[in-house]
Parts: sequence; structure tokens; C-alpha cells
Amino acid sequence: MPGFDNARQFPQSIEDLDFSDIEEKYKVPFEEGFDTVIVVDNAPTVDESKKDKLLKFIKKIFKNAGNIKDIDMPMDPDPKTETLTSKGFLFIEFETPEQAAMAIKQYDGYPMDKTHHLAVNRFTDIEKYSQIEEEYKEPEEEKFVEKEHLRSWLTDPQARDQFVLYRGDDVSIFWNKKTEPPEEVHKRINWTETYVQWSPLGTYLATFHRQGIALWGGPSWNKIIRFVHSGVKLIDFSPNEKYLVTWSNEPITLGPNGGAGTPFGPEDEGRQIIIWDVHGGNLLRSFPSSTLSSDGTPNKITWPMFKWSPSDKYFARVTQGQQGQQGQQALSVYETPSMGLVGNKSIKIEGLVDFEWAPASDKEKEKDKHSGEKKQREELLSYWTPEIGNQPARVTLLNIPSKEIVRTRNLVNVTDSKMHWQSNGDFLCVKVDRHTKTKKSTFSNLEIFRVREKDIPVEVIEVKDVVIAFAWEPKGERFAIITTSDPNYGQPTQGGVTLKTSVSFYYLEKPKPGKETLEKKTSNAIYWSPQGRHVILATLRSATTFDLEFWDLDFETTLDQKEFAKTDPAACLQLMSTQEHYGVTDVEWDPTGRYVITSSSFWRHSIENGYILWDFKGTQLQKHLLDKFKQLLWRPRPKSLLTSEQKKAIKKNLREYSKEFGKKDEEEESTLSEEQIKHRRRLMEEWNAWRKRVEKELSEERENAGIVSPPRRDDDTIEVIEEWIEEVVEETEEIIDD
Amino acid sequence: MRPILLQGHTRSLTQIKYNREGDLLFSVSKDQVVNVWYSHNGERLGTYNGHVGAIWTVDVNSTSTLLLTGSADNTAKLWEVQTGKCLHTWEFKTAVKRVAFSEDDAMALAVTEQRMGYPGTIVILSIKNDLEAEQSDEPINIVYPKGSKAMAAEWGYLNKYIITGHEDGSVAQYDWKAGDQIKSVKAHNAEITDLQMSEDRTYFITASKDKSAQIFESNTLNHLKKYMTDAPLNSAAITPIQDFVILGGGQDAMQVTTTTMRQGKFECRFYHKILEDVEVGRVKGHFGPINTIAVHPDGKSFSSGGEDGYVRVHHFDEDYFKFKYPELH
Repeated sequence: MPGFDNARQFPQSIEDLDFSDIEEKYKVPFEEGFDTVIVVDNAPTVDESKKDKLLKFIKKIFKNAGNIKDIDMPMDPDPKTETLTSKGFLFIEFETPEQAAMAIKQYDGYPMDKTHHLAVNRFTDIEKYSQIEEEYKEPEEEKFVEKEHLRSWLTDPQARDQFVLYRGDDVSIFWNKKTEPPEEVHKRINWTETYVQWSPLGTYLATFHRQGIALWGGPSWNKIIRFVHSGVKLIDFSPNEKYLVTWSNEPITLGPNGGAGTPFGPEDEGRQIIIWDVHGGNLLRSFPSSTLSSDGTPNKITWPMFKWSPSDKYFARVTQGQQGQQGQQALSVYETPSMGLVGNKSIKIEGLVDFEWAPASDKEKEKDKHSGEKKQREELLSYWTPEIGNQPARVTLLNIPSKEIVRTRNLVNVTDSKMHWQSNGDFLCVKVDRHTKTKKSTFSNLEIFRVREKDIPVEVIEVKDVVIAFAWEPKGERFAIITTSDPNYGQPTQGGVTLKTSVSFYYLEKPKPGKETLEKKTSNAIYWSPQGRHVILATLRSATTFDLEFWDLDFETTLDQKEFAKTDPAACLQLMSTQEHYGVTDVEWDPTGRYVITSSSFWRHSIENGYILWDFKGTQLQKHLLDKFKQLLWRPRPKSLLTSEQKKAIKKNLREYSKEFGKKDEEEESTLSEEQIKHRRRLMEEWNAWRKRVEKELSEERENAGIVSPPRRDDDTIEVIEEWIEEVVEETEEIIDD
Repeated sequence: MRPILLQGHTRSLTQIKYNREGDLLFSVSKDQVVNVWYSHNGERLGTYNGHVGAIWTVDVNSTSTLLLTGSADNTAKLWEVQTGKCLHTWEFKTAVKRVAFSEDDAMALAVTEQRMGYPGTIVILSIKNDLEAEQSDEPINIVYPKGSKAMAAEWGYLNKYIITGHEDGSVAQYDWKAGDQIKSVKAHNAEITDLQMSEDRTYFITASKDKSAQIFESNTLNHLKKYMTDAPLNSAAITPIQDFVILGGGQDAMQVTTTTMRQGKFECRFYHKILEDVEVGRVKGHFGPINTIAVHPDGKSFSSGGEDGYVRVHHFDEDYFKFKYPELH
């Protein structure tokens, strides 16, 4: 029980009591209670007569932010005129701090008229800043942190390529080491929540999270920038990595504090697409997801929703116009960096279905780089419209920003159409699926636009069968198509019936226009090497066939065949290898066209998940079976900085270079295999030493136990006994009369 | 060489075993029949009839006179190899999952299943190698394994101890006289399906459903080697002559009907015993999981028995014997 023995120590009077701790605890902070008050500066100075008018006007502006509880404008007598005049600032009190915050967010910098741009601040801020010490203190200089070299991977002396591998919850970056197992550069567990994506030039690796997108890169693989977009599902970079488009299925909500702390403003609310500036991380503009289609149901998401022009200057999408109005489609082309519509309005195109930008040729890209902002090159896009009433279907080439139509072509009996630009923008192939008059069967037409030639001539190639795959040779003038006349095509088949197909290669120029067809194939996908010339014909997503055919279109023929080759392209068409990858789902060429990886992803099925690395000839270099393997992507490379002359020089001296690199490869291989041999030798030695020890122990123990070890069987002791069994089946005795 | 297909069982194989000389191959299956074959040509020599339940296990003594089998009919039977006569029947409370003769043939162990309220046991039986003698019904000792039940068991050399593989993936050493556990190590993450001794019983290999096989030293239970595969394993064997191990298994029999043969991974895989991570080769053929593998004592052939009811006898080609790592010798 506590006693009062030490009562003498109690304070004698109330003054002696130390209340400082309690005072501290219950101190009323000064700021409290003023959260709802804002200060509006730069208001016009008025005299008594105009005061009410001004206040009424100000109230009108700020009532959008919330309910104004009180407004006060201090007036002072002017020393000259002796009349009460305002001092250019006033106080507004709102009902809640949120409303005050909203008012600051919305109306700071509000242009009231030409000369008066309102400056809106928190009252507590004014208090805070007025209490700042008079004496200037030099702020501590923030240490300059050098940004990492984002393209450091390109400086690899052996010009190796990187790839990202997503497996289970692990994401790893690897160097491809040809025949050696890949070297891990970086690894993180749970680096992404759904999947990963490289930016188009390989600078950034984008990872997906609940809260948004993060970009990673540089030698340390640190986070470079982050884009807040809750529930983001799809992203798309502009071709030069300047802009990023993100899409989330969840419309943006501002939350209770009106979007404070997020990059979103009230105008972003309910929208699903955001365009970001990749370098600064700023939100540039948000868009609603594609507008409702004519019957009022939300459109299916097609991605990318916005298509970028090759220079990053324009981006565009198809809009459906006013709801419920048929045939009011328009092409909305926006400009960067202003994010506004080109010419301030969309281009109305009745029935517009789809469009594609023409890729830029190398020369144009070079020009874009040097001309900068001064001169704007016209960029080309193509679009098509189906048959509407009496008007035939039509493919149109359109210049942007002049909106000048360069070429149109009318087509009839069109069911569907698809536009394929060659990677340099030299050719456009429009694959037209046409139906016969009875609409019972379909066939395909290929309309080739020679875009670089005068008046853009068009050739038509008629294909009797249905074209199921089309691919231009990168930078080339050849393309491959896969056609099928299989009756199973288009039928809902069970168990994935493998279609019989044929593959055709078309030559537009060299050695002469023509085509080469390979019959009786099962291939259904075309994968050109990024450098052209080599192509893989793959049979994907079939349940029974997993063929990969590696073709070379410029196979070096012997001299006497060379003449022949000039007239017959088939002489140079060579099947280098036919391989099988059981369960293959994806094919990925490395950006240099030296290697290709085929993989079987856990996302499609769980059959032999993993990947195989091949060289371009179809020789298997490595095979890795990985449980829960999900995704593998080569890191893209930006365009080479070498001029075409430099490239030519390298090609000319290729022998010398290859000698040098061959030597390095050999060296590396020998050191590596030496290490492996060392390791293996050590294992063998350890095992043998252990065996010796154990065998000795064993024989000792046996001796002690008095049980001799059973003699080892020797081949000499084996006795082979051969038994010949003669069976008399029948014996008859016949007496033959003489 | 083309493998010899032994078609003598109507249900899945459970265990196969060569005799000491390797001229005979014994196979048991769920079809309640024991078969004996000439291993060099696959000719069937005879059958041992008498069990009335699936037979789980078989072993033959070193002189190839006595054969011991364990069955789901809760019995272990001793047979005269030459005549097929049943010499003795031991009755147990539950199924017999594994039998093994000791090195000197004087004893045998029988692993019984844990079921119907009865604990799993390892029964040590005394065996008289005289064919005329009356076998004793009374076991020498009964070992009650600690923790999880035993799936497989083998004798140590000189009958020093018995080694057991357990359902929880652990491997243990038991003193069969006292019935105590001497040592236990957690080896696998899933049940152990097979345990086979090396020729001199100084080390052994375990196969497990966790897709790996491991080699341990018998005396110390020190872990020596590990072989990772991509399929659950049912059996593992060590080869003489070449330093290999043969692993067999495949996805569970229950799932087989829903997938293709290729996916099932019904292949015998050869790994280098010492280098661990070097897969030397594969032998295809079964169209169901491989349940049991046995290697001929002279190392010149091996056999595998599968869920598909077949035994495949493979004789190695000339190349097999020539194979070696040049850099290691």
C-alpha cells in the first residue's frame, strides 16, 4: 500500500507545480482552425463603391470549389484620396478544408481578366512563410546525382543481347551467352504483378503493379520513374519512347480529397486512358476509354487504342462520334506536345473501321532528328472504310497534318480488310477478304501500293484461298503469306485440328516479280528475322504438331547456279532445318537476327514449360525446362548509329572482324570448359577418395566380424552352358520294296 | 539393342528384381501373380500362384533358392524358386509393402502398411535357408517407426542396421534388435517411393515424389548426391560398370488419361552418378509411369516395369560401355 511517508516532497503551492508537460500535450496548434481559410491575392484594387460588385464576382468564381462561409476584404484609407480602398487581397473561408484545397488547386493562377491572375494560397501557408527568418541561409546544395547510363547494355564488348525472363514470381534479366547457360544480370522476386514489357528501343523495362507502372533500367536496374494509374492493364509506348499510354479498366476516381496527392484533376475523373511524358513523369492528358458504339454497349478494347506516328509527333484513334448516330465515325488526330487535336477538330470519315500510320524510312528518321521542331514533315496514314449504301469500300492514303488525300482505291465485295505496311513505309499491302456474289465463300486479294513511286501504282494479287497469315520481310521487298483451303478452317474444331496450309513467298522486285509456293505444310505463323532474309515458319497452338522450319531466302548458290538464280528465285530458297519444340507457344527473334528463342508458356498450358535457344540456322544451342515459365522477351535495340557507309565497310571487312571475335569466343570457351572440367575432376576425386575410405572401413569391419566379403563376380567365372535340345517330331519306318 | 517386352502381367507392375547372378528376373504386379523370366531372352520360366491380393514386393535370396513376396492380402509368402512351391505364409494385420532379405539370407524384413487402426511396422523375420525346414512364424522383432510410416526399407551391410524411407520424405536408420531409431534425416519434400542399396551396401539411392533422387552414405546418412528431374519419381537404381543412376517415374497414374504420352515423362533417365547435373540419356517406351527399375548385377542390362503392365528389358549397346568423359580420365 502506498504510504505518505514522503509527503514532504510534495509541492507546497500551485505555483510550484510543473505543468509544462501537460501544457505541451494539450497545446492548441496555431494552424488549427484556419485550414478552411484561403488568401486570394492579385485581386483588383477597388474603392468602396465597387467593393460589393467585386466580392460578388469573386464569390461566383469560388463557389464552384465549395460553400463559402465568409468572405472578407480589408479596406484601408488611401493616403492620397482619403477613401477606403482595397489592398488587392481578400480572405475566403470555406466549410471544409477539402473545399479550401480544391479552391487552391483550381483557382491558383486563375485569369480573372487580362491583368489580374489570381494567386490563391492557404492562410496557414502565409502565416508559415511570414515567420521565416529574415536572414538568408544558403540552402544546402543538393548533391548532383548523375543519371545512370540508360543504354549501357549496348556497350557490351561482345555485343551480346539481353532478355527478360518471367517465371513463377521471379523476373530476371539475362545476357545471352550462346551455347553457355545465360548469365544473370539482375533478379527480383515479385518484380511485377502481371507481366513485363520493354520500351520499343529497349531503354526501359515496364513492370505492372496494382498502383501503376514502374520503369526500370540502367546498369543498377533501379526504378527510374513511376506512373500512378490504379489497376493499369495495358500500356503502349510511343515509337521514340517519349510518351506512354496507359489503360486501366477502372475509371479514375479522385477520392475524398479531390485528387490531392495524385496527378489527377477533376477533368480526369472517370477516364481510363492516360498519356504520360516518360522523361518527366507528368500526366499530359487523359482520355475516356473508346466511346460507346452505336447500340450503346461499350466497345471492345482494341490495343493500342492510340496509334502513334513514327516521329512521335501525332497520335490518333478512331472515334465513334455522337452516340446513337450511325456512320458518324471520325479520325481524331492529336499533336504532341500540346495534346490538342490537329486543326482543332477530328476528321469525319463515314464508316471508318481502321487505320495505320506509314512507318518512316531510315532517311526520314534521320531528317526528323535533325530538323527538330522547325519543319514538320508530312506523315502518311492509310485507312479503310467498308461499303456503305452505294458507296464502294475504299482504302485511302492521307497526309497529316495537311489532311490531304494522296490516293484512294475503291474495292467491291469486301467482308474485311487488313493493312500491312512494310517496315520502311515503301509498300502498303491491303489484304482484302472478299466474298463471292453469293456470299458463300471467301477469298483474299492482296493490293500492293507502291507508296514511293509516282502516283502510287497499285498491283493486285489474287489468292484463291483464305490468307491466314501475312508478313513483310523487314526492310525488304518480299513478303510471305500462309493460305489454307482446309475445310476445317473457321470451324469450331475440337482438340485443335491442325490445318493443312501452304506458304508462299512473293518477290516484288528482285530477282524478278514472282512467287514461290510450298505446299502441304501445317505452319500457321511467320516469323521473319529482324534483319530479313531468314524466316521461321512455325506451327503454333496445335495439339499435335510443333514444327519449326528455318528458311533462308538468299541461300548462297554455287557459281553456275547463280546465273540461274537471277531468273528463278526458288534456287535461293533453302530449307536449312526442320525442328520440333514440343508445346511451343511463342517465337522471339533477338533484335540482331542471330538467335531465336521458342518458348512454351505457363499462361497457355503447362506442357514442358521452358524455352529453347536456336541460332538462325535452326541449330539448337540450349534447352531449359522451367516450371511456371511465363514470359521471355529480348531487349530491343535502338537503331544503329553507324552510317550506311560505315556498315558497308564493316561488311567488307567482315572476315577480319569475325577472326577477332572467333578468337575471343574460343578463349572464353576454353576457360569456361576448363573451369567445368576442374569442377568435375574435383567431384570425381572426392568421390573416389570417399569410396577408398569407405571400402577400407568396410573390409576392416568384415574382417572383424569374421565374414569375408562376397567375392566380386568376374566375367571369367561366368560359365556359359549351351544346351542343344533335339526333338524328334515324328519317326516313321517305311519299308521300300525293291 | 531392341528392348525385350515381357507381356505376362495384366495389371501394373509393382516391383522387379534380378537374382544375384542376374540370369533370372522376378516381377510382381497388382494382378496377384509372380512371374520369373530368363533375363537374357525374356522367356517366361514360370509363375508363383497363391496370393489373393495385389502383390507389392518381391525379393530373392543370394543363392536363388528362396523367394519372398509381400501382398495386399496381408501375407508374406516364401516360395521355392525352382518349383514354385509355397513354403510358408506369414500373416499380418495389414498389407505388406516391402520385403528384403538380409545380406546373409538368415533374416528378412517386411514393411507393413499403416491402415485400419494398425500402425505401420517393420517385422524382422528369421529365415531358414534349408528348403525342408519348418519356418518360424514368430518374428525376431517388430520395429515401430517413429513419426511418419515407412515406405521402403533395406538392410545395412553385416546387418548392422536397417535403413528406412518414409512418407514424409525422411530417411532413417533403425537398430533392428532394439527397435530404436539411430538417426534420421529429412531428405525429400515428398514421400519416398524407392530405396535401393549399392552393391556393397555402403551407400543407397532414394527416389521421391518431389521429383528428385538422392544418394546417402549408409553409415552416417550423409547426403552425397542429388539428381533433379521434372517428374515425380517412383524408382531409382545404381548401375555397376558405368557411374550412372537410372531414374524412373512420371506423372501420377490418375492423370495419365487426361494428357498425352509425351507430357507424362514416362522415360528412364540416366544421370551421371558423380557429376549429378549431367543427364546422360533417356530411354522411352512405357506408356504409363515407370513404377520400378532394376539393374542387372553385371551392369550390362536393366529392366523397367510400368503402370502399363509391361516389363521392358534393355540390353546396353556397345557404345554404352565405351562412354566416358575424356577430360576426366
